[in-house]
Amino acid sequence: MTRPDPAPRPGAPAAPGTRPGAATWPDSPLLALADDALVLSHRLGEWAGHAPVLEEELALANIALDLLGQARALYSELGDEDELAYLRTERAFRNCQLVEQPNGDFARTVIRQFFFSAYQELLYGQLAELGHPLATKAVKETEYHRDHAEHWTLRLGDGTEESHARAQQAVDALWRYTGELFQPLEGPEPVGAVDWTALREGWTERITATLGAATLTVPETPQRGAWTAGAGRQGLHTESFGRMLAEMQHLHRSHPGASW
Amino acid sequence: MTRTGTGAGPGTEAADARLRELTAWAGSVPDPELPVVTLSELGVLRGVREPAAGGPVEVELTPTYTGCPAVETMAGDIERVLHEHGVPEVSVRTVLVPPWSTDDISAEGRRKLAEAGIAPPRGGARQGRPGPVPLTLAVRCPHCGSTETTLLSRFSSTACKALRRCESCREPFDHFKEL
Repeated sequence: MTRPDPAPRPGAPAAPGTRPGAATWPDSPLLALADDALVLSHRLGEWAGHAPVLEEELALANIALDLLGQARALYSELGDEDELAYLRTERAFRNCQLVEQPNGDFARTVIRQFFFSAYQELLYGQLAELGHPLATKAVKETEYHRDHAEHWTLRLGDGTEESHARAQQAVDALWRYTGELFQPLEGPEPVGAVDWTALREGWTERITATLGAATLTVPETPQRGAWTAGAGRQGLHTESFGRMLAEMQHLHRSHPGASW
Repeated sequence: MTRTGTGAGPGTEAADARLRELTAWAGSVPDPELPVVTLSELGVLRGVREPAAGGPVEVELTPTYTGCPAVETMAGDIERVLHEHGVPEVSVRTVLVPPWSTDDISAEGRRKLAEAGIAPPRGGARQGRPGPVPLTLAVRCPHCGSTETTLLSRFSSTACKALRRCESCREPFDHFKEL
């Protein structure tokens, strides 16, 4: 794995509108996996202090912590984790658009988590068999996240009229971001050796079964949108992502090297 | 536990004794979040090495959960304890494979957890188990010993625990989740 050249130092920012260091960031499919974990971790962290019940406050924070740990381990394989997390601009992030979607209501967060965790569990399962250390370590964590999100999908979908309606709205709204998950990530093994067709089949089977049990309807609409949806892996993100990134990177960029 | 190459020459009795000593010091460090158990009892200490050519004593540590924030504190504590025992240079490395499992917690560690009011994990976590965590098996209340306990929250005060309540004595308690 090539280490990136030193990123532009915070004290000497590149001119506005350019992509500082764009050419120097590692070109590895693991970067996409790391970005998925970091971005979803940050989104879940936004729930702190706002979750509907105390138990979910703990659950969302714990899941966010697991994801942050996964992101850190992956970034460390590729270069300097702080530079990768805090000094890249929006276009340099390779996360799928699903994970950057705003939290919305609790149902939206649960369905996003279910869609993503089901995918991550299958992906890390394959990577673990291919011998990737972080995937081997983290696959059980992803299984627990998926299981948790699945429980809530069932409770909300098969709950009250209100919770059912909100869960269905979430499924319908997020569906267009799910096709991107199965876009093969090009690169060396182990990610290059992933069987994306099997991954898609496994995911679709699980999602269909759980949504059915939750009395929710699997959308018949396309799994990608007309224009931007499904391009996060190429660095094209949805509108809210820039604002999320600005908040996430603000402290590090304003006070380089700060500690407390 | 890996015990290889030491300053006194590998395989010799003196070398083995030295390595046992270093391992015991490093393993005696209490877990920062569960100070009732040591790192050795928790099973997160993977190996200690003293290179024959000199240089830092190498310690391998494995995290319980990938994001466990206690790992950095553990590494710092190991360095401090070894320094106190006259080891000048220490290098702590985090290893992920093979992944840690609650099966790695020693019998003594389990006893101490229960004594501190934390239900220890049930055994057999490493064996393949399709589907979700089998929560149907009884978890014993660490206060009164009853097996009539129910899950309150799948996540609790740290990544490694869930929150349960005893239906007999009505006390809530943490349960070290099987991993």
